[in-house]
Amino acid sequence: MAFRKLIRERFFPHIWCPGCGHGIVLNALLHTVNELELDKSSLCMVSGIGCSARISGYVDFHSMHTMHGRALACATGLKLTKPSLNVFVPMGDGDATAIGGNHFIHACRRNIDLTAIIFNNRIYGMTGGQYSPLSGEGILATTAPYRSIDPAFDIVELALGAGATFVARSTAFHVKELGGILKKAIQHKGISVVEVLVQCPTYFGRKNKIGGPVELLEYFRDNTAPLGTKKLDENPALIARGVFRDEARPEYCEEYAKIIARAQG
Amino acid sequence: MGRTQKQATARAAGRNAGAQDIRFVQGNEACVLGALYAGVGFFAGYPITPSTEIAEHLAEQLPRRGGVFIQMEDEISAMCAVCGASLAGAKAMTATSGPGFSLKQEAIGYACMAEIPCVVVDVQRAGPSTGLPTKVSQGDVNQARWGAHGDHSIVVLTASSIQDVFSITVEAFNIAETYRTPVILLFDEVVGHMREKLVIPPQGDLEVVERLRTEVRAGVNYHPYLPREDGRLPISDFGGVHRYNVTGLFHDIFGFPTEKPEEVTKLVYHLVDKIENRAHLLARHKEYYLEDAEHVIVSYGSSARSAIHLVEGRRRKGDRIGLLELQTLWPFPSQLVREKTARARNVFVVEMNMGQVKSQVKQAAVHPDRVFLVNRMDGMMVTPTDIGKVMRIIEGRGF
Repeated sequence: MAFRKLIRERFFPHIWCPGCGHGIVLNALLHTVNELELDKSSLCMVSGIGCSARISGYVDFHSMHTMHGRALACATGLKLTKPSLNVFVPMGDGDATAIGGNHFIHACRRNIDLTAIIFNNRIYGMTGGQYSPLSGEGILATTAPYRSIDPAFDIVELALGAGATFVARSTAFHVKELGGILKKAIQHKGISVVEVLVQCPTYFGRKNKIGGPVELLEYFRDNTAPLGTKKLDENPALIARGVFRDEARPEYCEEYAKIIARAQG
Repeated sequence: MGRTQKQATARAAGRNAGAQDIRFVQGNEACVLGALYAGVGFFAGYPITPSTEIAEHLAEQLPRRGGVFIQMEDEISAMCAVCGASLAGAKAMTATSGPGFSLKQEAIGYACMAEIPCVVVDVQRAGPSTGLPTKVSQGDVNQARWGAHGDHSIVVLTASSIQDVFSITVEAFNIAETYRTPVILLFDEVVGHMREKLVIPPQGDLEVVERLRTEVRAGVNYHPYLPREDGRLPISDFGGVHRYNVTGLFHDIFGFPTEKPEEVTKLVYHLVDKIENRAHLLARHKEYYLEDAEHVIVSYGSSARSAIHLVEGRRRKGDRIGLLELQTLWPFPSQLVREKTARARNVFVVEMNMGQVKSQVKQAAVHPDRVFLVNRMDGMMVTPTDIGKVMRIIEGRGF
């Protein structure tokens, strides 16, 4: 394990349930960071609250485990103060699209150079299986005993609409693809939004009688298709994977440096 | 000394005076100037009356000094951005009022728990809720102390004049950086908006404290949350050689989450004691005519201006009356209040709320039954006449 130096072994085992997809995302991220040979002291992870947020404790980066939904807001202050830092912001359903939804769209709008990774498991896991803005209609959850009537957000559409300059989606099943996407996301100058569909066998799978981790991963395999493929074109019901946008637009910290130059000029 | 020489001397004195940096500014601007004097490097905020001028002035001034100003999407994110900026090494602040102060409480609690130095200005307006957005109040005294949930302690400072707003703002940064805690500057609409003369002292005249940074070298185990014997925690800025975890959860000396009862207890005591045990060191106050005072007024912020007006008027008539002006509201300076009011026949607490400081004074006073409240909470400034009326009733001199 070449990336062993990137984790804080002292704090393992992690708190995630057996079969959870979060560790797969952590794995992909560490491989990518390792491949890019990034200096650990330039890496920073700012997380919110929930299962996904605990990832910040396990990586040997500068890590800030903040408040529910507030990770992007904290990261904005940190990044603006030290633009040389490479800042990762892992978020769960609630962090990104419920309590933190406002911060999410504004971070996208500003195009500040952060790498936002959204662990979409369609449920609130940490609190025991309540529905989230990503659950969608017809889902069973502890707070939706008669099935949810709430439509789900499409994170990709939301990020695109809010002006994010790098937007992508992958799943915990497609680990290699995810690694490649994360690599592009890290290298992108500006906000990068990477949605990862991850399995929650403990609550989402069990409540909705979909099965365990294997069945959930198979669901990702069978119900998604890469952008620009015939498979996707012929099956509009499939969830698209890949990079939806990768464009250059002035980055917030760089633009702020121009304000300083104007004020001092 | 001949007439011409006198004139020349006067002119020279005038020139010297001209060399001083003297301004005629609002309280909100004095706060900005104090923050700049203290070396503020980061401001995040969201516009709200009556604190907005603080953001406006910093938007202009911070970039000139290479600092960061950002207008966030709300008060919540502004307070969060301040936490992030401070961990990255900047002296960071935000400013707000009324409902905005309520929104900031979540991240103020985080800053208490994670021991992140920062300054939060609350220019008070009348509440609850939207209340009276443009009118004065001092109703946030208890919220400033207990706005964040859970056991914690916090420092809350205030001032009544533009000169004091400047110097107490410098103090706020010093205390925040020394004790790694949020410090609340609790001004009010009148102090924030009134204009007075401000003499800006040359840099170096007022002490400016820089945060204590760790001397632990790279590669050596750094314990970010292991307090020194004096309770202080040397910090390592994010981006430096030490990578560690910061969390709002109860944590061990590494900053890693813990649920061990003994570690939890230790941290609660540390967070509370580092401030409460220093209440006497943190107590800032001013006093007027207290030596022989039979009647002592206790007041703070703009209310203290009405109080001193009344005190001076009555002194001229021979009344033995004095004023204790509090500049530290929390930790409440109980010892100071007890000593200064010990010999008073009557103690009058003048404030613009339903008695938030009065309750504290009653607890501290030797004779709590002789502590009376003079207040207004209708959005209007409490006047010397208001104070005089209550005093006459208490003294049995009729209405």
